[in-house]
Amino acid sequence: MTGPKVVIKQAAYILAHVPDLVRYGSKPEREIAAGRTELAELEKHLRSFDDAVAYPPNQVFIGNISPDDYADLQEPWHENLLRDKARYGPFGEIMPQDELYGIMKIWDQFDLIDLSPSFTSALNEQLAAHPLITAKDRERLGEGTPQEKIEKKVEKEKSLPLFHRGKLVGCINRAHDNDATLTAHVMLENLLTKVTGILVTRHLVRNASIEPEKIDYLLSCSEEAVGDRYNRGGGNMAKAIGEEAHCVNASGCDVKSFCAGTVLAIIHGAALISAGLFNEVIVVGGGSFSKIGMKFQGHMKHNMPILEDVLGGIAILLSTDDGASPVVNLASTGKHDISAGATAQAIYDALVIDPLQKLEMKITDVDKFAVELHNPEVTLPMGSGNVPLTNYKTIAAMAAMRGEIGREELSEFIRLRGMPGFSPTQGHIASAVPYLGHSLKLIADGKINNTLFAAKGSLFLGRMTHLADGVSFLLEKNSGKD
Amino acid sequence: MLNGVKVIAYGERDGIQGPSIAACLEAAGADVIYQVTECFV
Amino acid sequence: MDQEYQATVKKLVEEHGADNLMMIIGAPDVEGAELVAETVTEGDPSYAGPLAGVSLGLPVYHVLEPAIRAEISEDLYKEHLEMMAMVIDPQELETALSKYRKKS
Repeated sequence: MTGPKVVIKQAAYILAHVPDLVRYGSKPEREIAAGRTELAELEKHLRSFDDAVAYPPNQVFIGNISPDDYADLQEPWHENLLRDKARYGPFGEIMPQDELYGIMKIWDQFDLIDLSPSFTSALNEQLAAHPLITAKDRERLGEGTPQEKIEKKVEKEKSLPLFHRGKLVGCINRAHDNDATLTAHVMLENLLTKVTGILVTRHLVRNASIEPEKIDYLLSCSEEAVGDRYNRGGGNMAKAIGEEAHCVNASGCDVKSFCAGTVLAIIHGAALISAGLFNEVIVVGGGSFSKIGMKFQGHMKHNMPILEDVLGGIAILLSTDDGASPVVNLASTGKHDISAGATAQAIYDALVIDPLQKLEMKITDVDKFAVELHNPEVTLPMGSGNVPLTNYKTIAAMAAMRGEIGREELSEFIRLRGMPGFSPTQGHIASAVPYLGHSLKLIADGKINNTLFAAKGSLFLGRMTHLADGVSFLLEKNSGKD
Repeated sequence: MLNGVKVIAYGERDGIQGPSIAACLEAAGADVIYQVTECFV
Repeated sequence: MDQEYQATVKKLVEEHGADNLMMIIGAPDVEGAELVAETVTEGDPSYAGPLAGVSLGLPVYHVLEPAIRAEISEDLYKEHLEMMAMVIDPQELETALSKYRKKS
């Protein structure tokens, strides 16, 4: 019992390099404040923008390298940089920090950002070359704020200094004198989510060659908490993003479930289209700043660059059937019920076995599984394991227990139907969806027929329940207009 | 071995989660005084 | 092992004593399991958390290890553990964690 077909036309991805903001990430900030980490030591481990661009996982994320080619690259990736790769790719771009400060200023509607005059004028020139930042956008940069005034705000008004290559170039201000939900730090988190969301939405709209006015609805799956002290987490980042992405005829709302939010939002969006409410829906996730530098201690201990120095952004365009783009199979989606239990078996029964069974498919009928695609080079040095590999091992074990493959075929199953992780470790960004852009292309090229996207959410982190969440859907080749 | 022993159940999301460890051990007679599930990502 | 959890474990050991207390973990790989075992028996190897230089001497087992598995009923094992026993080798876990138990 499903309505008309829903397709995914396009997916866009951006990264924003934020080395001078690593110090404000949740973990680094606490470690520095407690005197356990010297800021100067941390700074020695920051990467240049060129190194972040040449970093293989980042290039897979923006679509310049396919996951299959990535699997053949020499590790460690941070020592085997790809110098011939560019900041722009078919799915989006990697934005440098100065330009990111620029769009924070441009898309700030509440005088939250001050940038110095010299930095502003250099930026104005630099952003003129950006394909998605208009002259009208650049007018909003203004003339800049005198350096003394910035210093005074930092010193007296609890503004947070913004550095670029170690130099003070601006500040972010609190939005209220006495509201813990509107401090400079919270505004930094929320504004970064918003601007990375806008940037990736603009890439999406351009790549899909659709007028933004045609978008009916936006769903944000970002993991921030927008609100004031009476409405903490009140939300609707979706409309804030849509406004600056020129989606003037759209409304929107937020869909959240920790890391599972993005896949969940895709299913919600597809359902709204299938039910006939809307024709064009965008799912968007901005970067999650608190995760920046989360595992920096592991990286420093192993004398590596701090790899959690990029914010991610992801946007997906869902539409009514065009007879060509891959289809979200709404006849069977996976959901982890409250009574299902927290075992790996229960979760994968809910996300893989049950939905496939309803479609009369086997595990081995799925060409690719997109699981949580966290870059293992980020997690392993901190002893946090190789998240995608564990997930693939679990799915392979399930196939073996069901007799679909032999026990000696586990590694081959993983090689064939899995992939190494390449996503920044921001939960809703990393969960399955980084593969969507690649999957759309491979399905269009006839290289694969389908992909199962499965995401899990750690609800227990919020201390309201011991439950976890999980959700999945199958993306399939379009068999043509019904 | 577990009967009457106090246990801290320290689960992980992608391995075995806290509630699963607790369910198995309590049935074996252990006293689970604390359970948690870690998530590193 | 996260510093907040190090503090929690430390507090629990102070409260209940280490004599009749053990820690049973569910890490998804042997390396992760070893890191937890090292932290609560010998102290935080990164010397950053509340257990830095603190040797709690708490015995640590992974729930999939043969010694624990032997005490779990077949039904519960099938429901909660069987599949993960294919992902993480219980024998390897025993070899890795028994080193730390000897020191506890």
